[in-house]
Amino acid sequence: MEKKKKRKVEAADAMPKSSEANWQWLVHRGTRPVFLVVSLFGLLIRAAVSLHSYSGAGNPPKFGDFEAQRHWMEITLNLPPKDWYTNSTSNDLSYWGLDYPPLTAYQSYFHGLFLRFFDPDSVALFTSRGYETYLGKLLMRWTVLSSDALVFFPAVFYFLYVYYYGRKGRNTCDIAWHIAMLLINPAMILIDHGHFQYNCISLGFTVGAVAAIFSHKDLVASALFCLALNHKQMSAYYAPAFFAHLLGKCLRRRNPILEVYKLGLVVLGTFAIVWWPYLHSSDAILRVVSRLAPFERGIYEDYVANFWCASSILIKWKRLFMTQSLKLLSLIATVSTFLPSMIQQIRAPSGKGFLYSMLNTSLSFYLFSFQVHEKSILLPLLPASLLARDEPFLYKWLTHFALLSMFPLLHRDGLTLPYIVLYALFILFFNTMPGSKDLEVGKSSAAFRYLIGVALLCSFSLHIVYLTVTPPKKYPFLFEAMMMMLCFVQFVLLAIYSNWKQWRLSEDFTKSSKEKKLL
Amino acid sequence: MSQLWWYIGIATCVKLLLIPSYHSTDFEVHRHWLALTRSLPLSQWYSDKTSPWTLDYPPFFAFFERFLSLFAPLVDPKIVHLHDGLNYTAPTAVYFQRATVIVSDFCLFYAVHRLGRNLGPMARNLIWILVAWSPMLVIVDHMHFQYNGFLLGLLLLSISFLMEGRDLAGGFVFAILLCFKHLFAVAAPVYFVYLLRHYCWGRGIVRGFWQLFVMGTAVLAVFAAAYGPFVYQGQIQLVLRQMFPFGRGLCHAYWAPNFWVFYILLDKVLAFMLRKLGFSIEAPMASFTGGLVGDMSPFAVLPLVTPLTTFVMVLLALSPCLIRAWNKPQRKSISRWVAYAYTCGFLFGWHVHEKASLHFVIPFAIVAVQSLEDAKHYFLLSIVSCYSLFPLLYEAQEYPIKVLLLLLHSLLMWLGFSALYGQIEPAEEAVIAKKVDGPYEARISQGSARKREFKMGSVSRIYFFGLVIVEVYGQFLHPYLLSNKLPFVPLMMISTYCAVGIMYSWIWQLRQIVGSVS
Repeated sequence: MEKKKKRKVEAADAMPKSSEANWQWLVHRGTRPVFLVVSLFGLLIRAAVSLHSYSGAGNPPKFGDFEAQRHWMEITLNLPPKDWYTNSTSNDLSYWGLDYPPLTAYQSYFHGLFLRFFDPDSVALFTSRGYETYLGKLLMRWTVLSSDALVFFPAVFYFLYVYYYGRKGRNTCDIAWHIAMLLINPAMILIDHGHFQYNCISLGFTVGAVAAIFSHKDLVASALFCLALNHKQMSAYYAPAFFAHLLGKCLRRRNPILEVYKLGLVVLGTFAIVWWPYLHSSDAILRVVSRLAPFERGIYEDYVANFWCASSILIKWKRLFMTQSLKLLSLIATVSTFLPSMIQQIRAPSGKGFLYSMLNTSLSFYLFSFQVHEKSILLPLLPASLLARDEPFLYKWLTHFALLSMFPLLHRDGLTLPYIVLYALFILFFNTMPGSKDLEVGKSSAAFRYLIGVALLCSFSLHIVYLTVTPPKKYPFLFEAMMMMLCFVQFVLLAIYSNWKQWRLSEDFTKSSKEKKLL
Repeated sequence: MSQLWWYIGIATCVKLLLIPSYHSTDFEVHRHWLALTRSLPLSQWYSDKTSPWTLDYPPFFAFFERFLSLFAPLVDPKIVHLHDGLNYTAPTAVYFQRATVIVSDFCLFYAVHRLGRNLGPMARNLIWILVAWSPMLVIVDHMHFQYNGFLLGLLLLSISFLMEGRDLAGGFVFAILLCFKHLFAVAAPVYFVYLLRHYCWGRGIVRGFWQLFVMGTAVLAVFAAAYGPFVYQGQIQLVLRQMFPFGRGLCHAYWAPNFWVFYILLDKVLAFMLRKLGFSIEAPMASFTGGLVGDMSPFAVLPLVTPLTTFVMVLLALSPCLIRAWNKPQRKSISRWVAYAYTCGFLFGWHVHEKASLHFVIPFAIVAVQSLEDAKHYFLLSIVSCYSLFPLLYEAQEYPIKVLLLLLHSLLMWLGFSALYGQIEPAEEAVIAKKVDGPYEARISQGSARKREFKMGSVSRIYFFGLVIVEVYGQFLHPYLLSNKLPFVPLMMISTYCAVGIMYSWIWQLRQIVGSVS
């Protein structure tokens, strides 16, 4: 009691706010019960969202992502691994052919076993196409739910543990808030448990890799990141950051070449294990690789809020250039935009800088790379959520517009209600942030606050307009285009800001090392 | 205030997400009542037989449905169509009806706000968690489908008036509640005794009678407003017959975990043993596990239980509480007595639904935030009662949701109670007694430090452990071991096991009421 009272007094001194006292009951037993509470709540929300519709529900002949995942289970369960990526009479690649790396295939296989145990019809070869029964849907939903609980949740716990371990002035309220931000991430929940995907696995491995980097286990980190890469090739959005940070660290060691050699060995080893069934011939490898890079789909799809789609209003990229030259153009644009961030990490690798770098590289990929989907905004969102405690405003802003950018997609899936509810939950949880009153926004100038208000108002009215007004016949995708433009502008501004922040860290870094030298 | 909206916001979000979840036939019952009250004149409300789900709630509830049906055609006119709407479960109907439940819950929130505003900040937080976030309400109202949140809101409102000493308002609101759902009448004796003693008695004859007259007029006015139109139509007998369908039998298809579970089990055991001893015992015609119960006696050995028996038993069980209420009519005890009355009604009543456990768990929350002993008891009681609701949601889809709701709420209760009642290490006790001054001293003086810690006793822990075993057996082992044989055994186990807990709770509450010195 004595101690507790003291702690309370200290807390009151540090942050004389009522918001702190309001949450004392939740955090007074330490971090672990809070983590348990938030996890249970997160699972509850996920289970409740999974009651709703999914992508392509009742929409033959192709259905949507739900059918794609189920089809992969069907294929992996009934065919030997070497045939998974090959077109054959029993594996029609034009019908949701497997186009994710082998780890996804293995995951599909195990989930397929689970489905077959309870409902063999749901994964029967051929006959199960478009299988949409109560039990089938439920079992599929449970596979995502369990993947989330088994991969993403522990990874988040590991990350928070190492991130806050030994931090000065760490406050349980802060940690509790950060847990809520990570586990109740509306965009991720909507895509995984509503739309239907398994991002929780690849993102979970990525969080695990980040946590390993924070605890200085670089080899573990690179192994985990390779797993993420092998689950979804989109994880490559982070690859420059990981590469730069690990290289930068190696260069600071006594024997850089040996360190790089060790990392390379781990990476190659992990890849070799995952790709084992295809290593017998270069032909087989190439077949898989060609499935992973769907260049035939064009430079952008639908109305994704990236550079190519946004500028296509003025420049008709698809008409002016061949796919080949567009590939090159997008490659150059992507590399040149993430290069500064990489250089910063090689020169001055630091934990925080690494998170910024992940954000920056994934944003460059999202904005400039070839064939980006709306859902890929989840990738920049993840490092932003890891940074949420240091950059609350950035995280909030990115979430706002990530959600807006996915709204047409989710609306099409019949997920409008969960979308609204999760948006509301996000706002409710975000505003419980300890000390939210002295956010940077609060201290900033009136003009800035005015601009923020305008942007939010635009976003809000676009939602309303999209739901209520039918667009003019001449421009059936007018509102999508407007949303896309608004989001694109925000993402670009955020990318500039976070690049600037990352380089500011570098200044601090050199300053502090200079001071050290002087001492 | 913003804190309050935060709790409401989270609760509402969860409820909104649960809209597509399983709903029972009660959904169709209420939809039919919307159509019934909208399409037919008042004189036919209680006599219409279009659907088997005839109106069997008191008139105010019918008026309430009539009010809601004003909005239904704006969403989808088919919802309120008497014939076309039968078994209508289009998304519009689901969204509309679910939304009415969610909105009507604001009555509950207002009542909780009234109860919480006189409490300390932590107790206020806790009462929000206990009532506004009650998993039982989510399961019964927002998944199974009923309007308990709204009705319990009225009950809590009435209690909050009584606790503030505004007896007339309290009695008035309770009368309104009775005209919404007559099952709440179990607490009427407590209200009657308390109000008579506290509001009318001992103020001199003239003033006493005047107060009695005022209260009587208020209550009668409410009843007149409710039943008047039906008396005018000459239908009062019909209405009452609809409201009290005693033909339904002692127990519901799924036994509510009450006293009668033991009675039935004892009957079965006796019949079995007597048969072994050579007596010829005829198997009863009606069975309890079959679901429908006819006029035949379902008991092989023990005497038949009639509605009158149950009525007398409820009154007998209530009598100690009534005597206490007469002798010491204190307003701070009112919620305890009301909770006790509903516990008695639940344990000994006729045709009790498992959902009725809400009636005592929710008012008991007010007691739980006021003393540690009650908090410990509440922790046990609410977990048992919530668990006993699990069979309501028998489909696989809701399984993770109900389990998560219960686990989450148990954890929140544990955190909340242990924050409210502090954690004092026995070793530190002496130090604190010397050093702490001011408000802490008052807290310490209420009991020794060891006692003030929120910690479950070993018996409770073993009981919780048993709960887990019952659940694991019923859900996983039983289907695995016996496949389809004896499908009623898991339900029977849940009933029996929870009945033990609730019987214990009844005895405990009785002891608290009789034994309380103050």
